[in-house]
Amino acid sequence: MRQGGNRDTSKLLMERSVPGRAGCVLPECDVPSAPLPDGALLRDELPLPELSEPEVVQYFTGLSQRNFSIDTHFYPLGSCTMKYNPKINDETAFLPGFAGIHPLQPAAQSQGALELLYRLQEFLGEITGLPAVSLATLAGAHGELAGMLMVRAYLQARGETGRTKVAIPDSAHGTNPASAAMAGFEVVELASNSQGNVDLEALHEVADDSLAGVMITLPSTLGLFDTSIVEVCRIVHNAGGLVYGDGANMNALLGRVKLGDLGFDVAHLNLHKTFSTPHGGGGPGAGPVCATERLAPYLAAPVVAGAGADGYRLTAPESSIGKLAGFHGNFGVLVRAYTYIRTLGAAGIRSISGNAVLNANYMMNALRDVYHLPYDRACMHEAVFSADWQKARGAGGLEIAKRLLDYGFHAPTMYFPLIVPECLMIEPTESETRETIDEFVDALKRIDGEITQDAELVRSAPHTTPVARLDEAQAARRPDLRWRGG
Amino acid sequence: MSPNDMNPNDRSYTREHEWIIVEDAASRRAQVGITHYAQEQLGDIVYFELPRVGDSLSHLGKMGEVESVKAVSDLFSPVSGEVIEVNPGLGDQPELTNNDPFGEGWLLRVTMSDPSEIDSLLSAEEYDAYISGLH
Amino acid sequence: MDHGNGHFQSHYIPNTTGEQAGMLASLGLSSIEELFADIPAEHRNPSLRLPAPMAELEIQRELGGLAGRNRPLGSGPSFLGAGSYHHFIPAIVKALVTRGEFITAYTPYQAEASQGTLQVIYEFQTLICNLYGMEVANAGMYDGATSLAEAALMACRVTRRERVAALDTVSPAYRSVIEAYCRPQQIEVATVRSEDIGVGGESNLSDTACLVSQYPNFYGGIEDLGRLVETAHSAGGLSVVSCDPIAAGMFRPPGDYGADIVTGEGQPLGIPPSYGGPYVGLFATKQEYIRQMPSRLSGRTVDRNGQTGYVLTLQTREQHIRRERATSNICTNEALYALASTIYLAALGKSGLRQVAELCYHKSQYAASRIAALPGYSVAGYPGNGAGSFFREFVAQCPAPPAEINRRLMERNILGGLDVSDRYPNGMLLCVTEMNTRNEIEQLADVLGAI
Repeated sequence: MRQGGNRDTSKLLMERSVPGRAGCVLPECDVPSAPLPDGALLRDELPLPELSEPEVVQYFTGLSQRNFSIDTHFYPLGSCTMKYNPKINDETAFLPGFAGIHPLQPAAQSQGALELLYRLQEFLGEITGLPAVSLATLAGAHGELAGMLMVRAYLQARGETGRTKVAIPDSAHGTNPASAAMAGFEVVELASNSQGNVDLEALHEVADDSLAGVMITLPSTLGLFDTSIVEVCRIVHNAGGLVYGDGANMNALLGRVKLGDLGFDVAHLNLHKTFSTPHGGGGPGAGPVCATERLAPYLAAPVVAGAGADGYRLTAPESSIGKLAGFHGNFGVLVRAYTYIRTLGAAGIRSISGNAVLNANYMMNALRDVYHLPYDRACMHEAVFSADWQKARGAGGLEIAKRLLDYGFHAPTMYFPLIVPECLMIEPTESETRETIDEFVDALKRIDGEITQDAELVRSAPHTTPVARLDEAQAARRPDLRWRGG
Repeated sequence: MSPNDMNPNDRSYTREHEWIIVEDAASRRAQVGITHYAQEQLGDIVYFELPRVGDSLSHLGKMGEVESVKAVSDLFSPVSGEVIEVNPGLGDQPELTNNDPFGEGWLLRVTMSDPSEIDSLLSAEEYDAYISGLH
Repeated sequence: MDHGNGHFQSHYIPNTTGEQAGMLASLGLSSIEELFADIPAEHRNPSLRLPAPMAELEIQRELGGLAGRNRPLGSGPSFLGAGSYHHFIPAIVKALVTRGEFITAYTPYQAEASQGTLQVIYEFQTLICNLYGMEVANAGMYDGATSLAEAALMACRVTRRERVAALDTVSPAYRSVIEAYCRPQQIEVATVRSEDIGVGGESNLSDTACLVSQYPNFYGGIEDLGRLVETAHSAGGLSVVSCDPIAAGMFRPPGDYGADIVTGEGQPLGIPPSYGGPYVGLFATKQEYIRQMPSRLSGRTVDRNGQTGYVLTLQTREQHIRRERATSNICTNEALYALASTIYLAALGKSGLRQVAELCYHKSQYAASRIAALPGYSVAGYPGNGAGSFFREFVAQCPAPPAEINRRLMERNILGGLDVSDRYPNGMLLCVTEMNTRNEIEQLADVLGAI
């Protein structure tokens, strides 16, 4: 649908600006004016746009319509858990008693917020079986950094300074090695075996007195539950290391198994995946860290201490790795996750994983004859296909993903994990209907047919989106990162 | 392989897909680049991180990086020596190496410290055989 | 307590029991349990002690009750700042930010399906550059503190040095975050007295990657940025400045002084205080350091038909490609709040932002003059390496401990300032913004005067 006039989004804010227009009226100054500081300290030019309020609303509304989103499209991105984001969660987060409170106001004036945080710590500890919880970290990767700093602090406190290596499976998300490196560790890659599990022989090779720990995503990014996970944890523990869990795929495990029971020592959760908080086009997220009691003293500050004589209060664990952010965590996101858990209760939480895994297996089964399944076994919440059969006929994973946009579906995750060629990683989530999944399966089958009949149609996709395939090489060779006028 | 894809036999090759050609034996001056095969594998090259003039290079040691849109690869020096010139065109137009890897898309000029290191590299014929084994 | 073993039809999950049975049958299965057979039996289906489910109506009551036990800033005069600020937010910010097309979108990796978000990021990068007087800005960091810590790490990469110096007038919380980020990488963090810069106290900066300062500083003082930048450069390091974006609506921006990396807390730009988050970290630098930047960048390019479009670019810096050698581990950032800031800056615009800054300036000057005139009170000069002014915040030195004063203020439903008596005897850091009316300032002065 085209929009004409000022509602057309092609002109940028600075290009729309008309001197003298104002988008906001502020009150007059009601105190006597003070002399302004020395003119040398003040700026003479403030290059911001001048637009009236309707123009601003029309422009951003127009831009919003150039996005796919969960509310408008099926969004089966593997390992991203793009489930429905309940609207009540936004409503509670925006209550003035939550959105309007200052992070440094006294605990006595923040008891409702502190109680909510305290209970959320308990819920997440119960769900993961890792009872020591800090909500202070602001995204998944931020939680990983905190968790690995805790591993480091724990080992150092025990005098084990020679443990400098962290082993990470080749299927891991890139944040794992990046976080381990930021925490000062050396990264060693761990091979996966033909079943998609951690290769135990490869693990034995690195499990020595230089091993600080491993970082494991469960289920793995192949969508598979590692059947030797208990053994993996045992090997690492016997070698004196710790096991870190990347909770990106927790949607598969909710209520079915606790990471703590399997032998994990510390893990982060992605509230913006598993616990339904909206992804916002790339954040905000929240990456709470859950750990065993022996790691509790090292949690990131602050944590909320239980009700004493003065009620709930913020406190720093005794050997805390310190503060990793300005305040106490992404509170608005934490309110949403709390709302979600309270809405569902234990039975609702368990029904998430049940339906997420059912939907993924149903979809996988419906596609298995048409798309290659490199690891052909029951999947968890997502299924990983390779488009290598299609690639041989003229269009690979990237092209298929782009063609899906023309069918009104967001693309799956592509080319990840790195160990599967022409990878398509598909996660339907529990909040989609069978009708949507059937139609998506049908679209993928039709695209397969198109590749046989007219591969160019698929190779040149998408054809119906606001823009066609973009020149990414040009963007990277001669970066244009801001409007410069003219 | 079309004629302009041929690995020229006037130069030597590494297994990491760099080439070197001696330009002036007396002054030990040589030119270094990456092969057609390398640029094809990389796809659209968007950036080179190269050593600076005056930097020293070691035989088969890391000398820089090449980036495509979604990958980063290390570059290795065929010989030890000192960098005397960096291709000035690559800053603005890294695609020169996609378009003409053995000519305009060269990377560095170096003064070799030990020209005999070239003897350990592959000839064009050996390199042809090597890459055909990679498929 | 509900252990979750019974059937529960959630309104967020479409599948009915009947549909489940049909789907299971297509898989040759008869129960959902069978799908979890890979989980070791002894650990499968643990007890799950969570409260029972609630209907939406009950949720509203439950959360409304918890929210009601907090005191929002808008419920009475509030003079607390110190890193999170009470500013006016036009209604359009929330109305636009909560549009499903923005709030329920993922990170814009599929450019063709994410042109809205990508163009917003490009606008954000443009406006942040314009505000700070810098050449490039990224799509945002977690918050002001992590932005500054990542700037310190970046300065170490650029200069290949392993020591960071931060002025003692930088927020103590920010300095602890810098410390927590630098320590594991064996980077030393030194604290330098702001007053000593330019009078010889900077003499030990020789191996320092950067000199970190805050503008205005944590105590509200406007430091001599020209001198700070020059000091950093003459030691061969970078100048890293955490700059408040509202102050930048009025004061010369750090880029004008030659600062190399400018970061900031984006919260004052249309984001509610929300007990400390989510906010957005601002991050800008010079063109020459672009490949050392953390976080995403949106770039303008063309599609195959020559039409303008936007993509995430220079991704080889990032963790999903460079893994352990990435410039940062950051992935999910705070895109929705970068959007909020962009809308705020578009709505306030050239004259509005300047007006907000001047309201903060005049009102805080007025409050300071009222308090300085009270017996027993004084206002602490211009803390730091003063260029001769303060903005929005100042330190009042009180005749009694700030904790006591704050208790007395709260009896009158006035939220007082932050206790900074560790640095200034009986010092209280007070913040005055456009949200504070003259009447509120008078009330504050009246209660203080009566103590």
